[in-house]
Amino acid sequence: MSFYGLVDGSDSSLRKYLGALSGVDQVGADARAAMLATRSIKTSSKRWAIDTAISMVDLTTLEGADTPGKVQALCTKAVRPDPTNSSVPSVGAVCVYNDMVAVARKHLDLVGGAHVGLAAVSTAFPSGRASMPVKIQDTQDALDAGASEIDMVIDRGAFLSGNYIDVFNEIVQIRELCGTKAHLKVIFETGELTTYDNVRKASFLAMAAGADFIKTSTGKIAPAATPPVVLVMLEAVRDFYQMTQTRIGVKPAGGIRNTKDAIKQLVLVNETAGPEWLTPSLFRIGASALLNDLLMQRMKMDDGYYASPAYVTID
Amino acid sequence: METQVSFEYAPAPESRSVVSIKPKYGHFIGGKFVAGSKHFPTINPATEEVLSQIALAGKADVDAAVKAARKAYTTTWSKMSGKERGKYLFRIARIMQERAREFAVLETLDNGKPIRESRDVDVPLAAAHFFYHAGWADKLEFAGLGTSTKPHGVAGQIIPWNFPLLMLAWKVAPALAAGNTVVLKPAESTSLTALLFAEVCQQAELPAGVVNIVTGDGSTGALIVNHPGIDKIAFTGSTEVGKIIARAVAPTQKSVTLELGGKAANIIFEDAAIDEAIEGIVNGIFFNQGHVCCAGSRLILQESVADEVLEKLKKRMAQIRVGDPMDKNTDLGAINSKEQLLKIRELSATGDSEGAERWSAPCDLPKKGFWFPPTIFTGVTQSHRIAREEIFGPVLSVLTFRTPQEAIDKANNTPFGLSAGIWSEKGSRILWASQQLRAGVIWANTFNKFDPTSPFGGYKESGWGREGGRHGLSAYLKGVGHE
Repeated sequence: MSFYGLVDGSDSSLRKYLGALSGVDQVGADARAAMLATRSIKTSSKRWAIDTAISMVDLTTLEGADTPGKVQALCTKAVRPDPTNSSVPSVGAVCVYNDMVAVARKHLDLVGGAHVGLAAVSTAFPSGRASMPVKIQDTQDALDAGASEIDMVIDRGAFLSGNYIDVFNEIVQIRELCGTKAHLKVIFETGELTTYDNVRKASFLAMAAGADFIKTSTGKIAPAATPPVVLVMLEAVRDFYQMTQTRIGVKPAGGIRNTKDAIKQLVLVNETAGPEWLTPSLFRIGASALLNDLLMQRMKMDDGYYASPAYVTID
Repeated sequence: METQVSFEYAPAPESRSVVSIKPKYGHFIGGKFVAGSKHFPTINPATEEVLSQIALAGKADVDAAVKAARKAYTTTWSKMSGKERGKYLFRIARIMQERAREFAVLETLDNGKPIRESRDVDVPLAAAHFFYHAGWADKLEFAGLGTSTKPHGVAGQIIPWNFPLLMLAWKVAPALAAGNTVVLKPAESTSLTALLFAEVCQQAELPAGVVNIVTGDGSTGALIVNHPGIDKIAFTGSTEVGKIIARAVAPTQKSVTLELGGKAANIIFEDAAIDEAIEGIVNGIFFNQGHVCCAGSRLILQESVADEVLEKLKKRMAQIRVGDPMDKNTDLGAINSKEQLLKIRELSATGDSEGAERWSAPCDLPKKGFWFPPTIFTGVTQSHRIAREEIFGPVLSVLTFRTPQEAIDKANNTPFGLSAGIWSEKGSRILWASQQLRAGVIWANTFNKFDPTSPFGGYKESGWGREGGRHGLSAYLKGVGHE
């Protein structure tokens, strides 16, 4: 693999590449994200943002209590979020645990959802604490069952102890496994990396290793996709595009529960990475509760009043 | 949804129904609004709409205001305990917060600054100055300035048009906390929020004559400066007028503080956090249309990162939303007056003629009103006029350096010394540079941050004295280090 010519796969070249990155000033990043949160998105732009956000949702269920029935319901909802209104777009993907991928694949195909992505969380999600053979087998299972997107976690322990090359090599191996069969999203668990410097470093590491998407969190750790963390990642993909002419996607996940939060994310994308990233192929929002709030707000814009929650489905 | 549609923000205008602007205003003297004799129009610089007629104070008006202030000083304010004065200041601060939206809308209409800035910066900071100084009123002997300090008496205060309400707060709050009474003159193009503040004084039942507001132009200012009944002058404005005031008060007993111009250096070292430095550069020069005396108007860039920074800066500047100041998403509003716009154009033209390279962000400027796009000049040297003179607009001069010492030498090579910025992730470099820079305010990894507890003021021709904090308080007390 060529790694965009940025590194040669050796520890020293990786250290040199990461060492050349400029730092992130936490106060400044927080301030910029807070300023962008004041943008007032109204009327036609709000309508556009709601539909765009729906099409970017990775509709997620990642629970120990997941059953085939639950996953099937989720898939139906993903294809037709509002059964009474066909103008509502499908979501970007459904996101499930590995053992549910086969169920989801079958049901998506059954309900005409071939266009909806199927993401599997992989590599011993959420902690990533397993041996590499296990992680590889885990990923292979998901691919065999028909996943079109692999959401892998990085080894945060290795990252925090400075073993960047281990983190890099794991991503490279999973990337090779995915080949052309699946998009690779790399989850950092930013709540465990804790500093914006680490988020920036992890972003550039994952992009060079072959990630198609960089993703904030598993949803199991708080804080997750805070606006400044997403800002730092959007700056990273923007800068990486300058370096390589390749656009890498960003997926915030965790803590984005309502339309207001989702629109703030779109503003961050628009004014940081740029409007080119405002497409489901380059920006996704990992969420479960968010979709219903988007649907409620969409109905409100059409009807002029808030409908009862009974009018949106709970699947 | 795969088709790319741009995320256009629909107009999000703040409503102006919250303010009622009278067709004509008088002065506020002795607790009452009194009619003026001559008037001049005040306009909305974003539309050139005439908002109201403002009274032009002559000698009789200034005499009456000084007389009212003196009476209030001798009969009421100087006799009142600090604790009671503090109560009035707290009350004013609370009313300003309650009427914040009104102040913000009026400031934006009269000044042209974006509603986001008047709402999020000017008005909250103005209230914060009153809260901060309210706390000092009964603790003056614990301010470390000695136990026998006394107020000056009547303070004459002349403020500029760039932060009309905020500059009023910087002047009035410490003066009142220290026990002075005031005669204040707002800038001729931005009197409306000062007149609304007069209403707040009435609402707070501030004793008559403690705050007097006369409106007018430079001639009114001269009457205040030269008035024998005034004990202290506080001025914020241009260095040129500051020098005239200094000459005028030199042979008198008057105390004086001056907050004047600046040409601040914003120094970007190669080890800076570049993305945040870009935000700092933008905030440093494009905040408030660059109508900021401490604006970071000289960008001093380390050559090793100059290309990267300039490329990122231009991209970022292209995103600045220029237009209707009442729109909540506007980043850069209108230039405050035609006169100021002409000055910005003239100085920018010297940048072209002296060989610097101009780049302006592509943006559609409204047809009516006074507008100037966010602009940078590269290839600027110390001898360019745009590197030496204050432009007071959204125009940034970019210079480069090779070694840290060269950055400091260039930064200090100016008659001004109000503020400076240092961008580096290396703590020792920040500490070293801040000791070398000759400027009153030095920001590290940030810019244009203000707080009532922090003294603000300049070295060299950027002014005399400080405002804010204990240092600012001392300017309104005598018996501090002299007499």
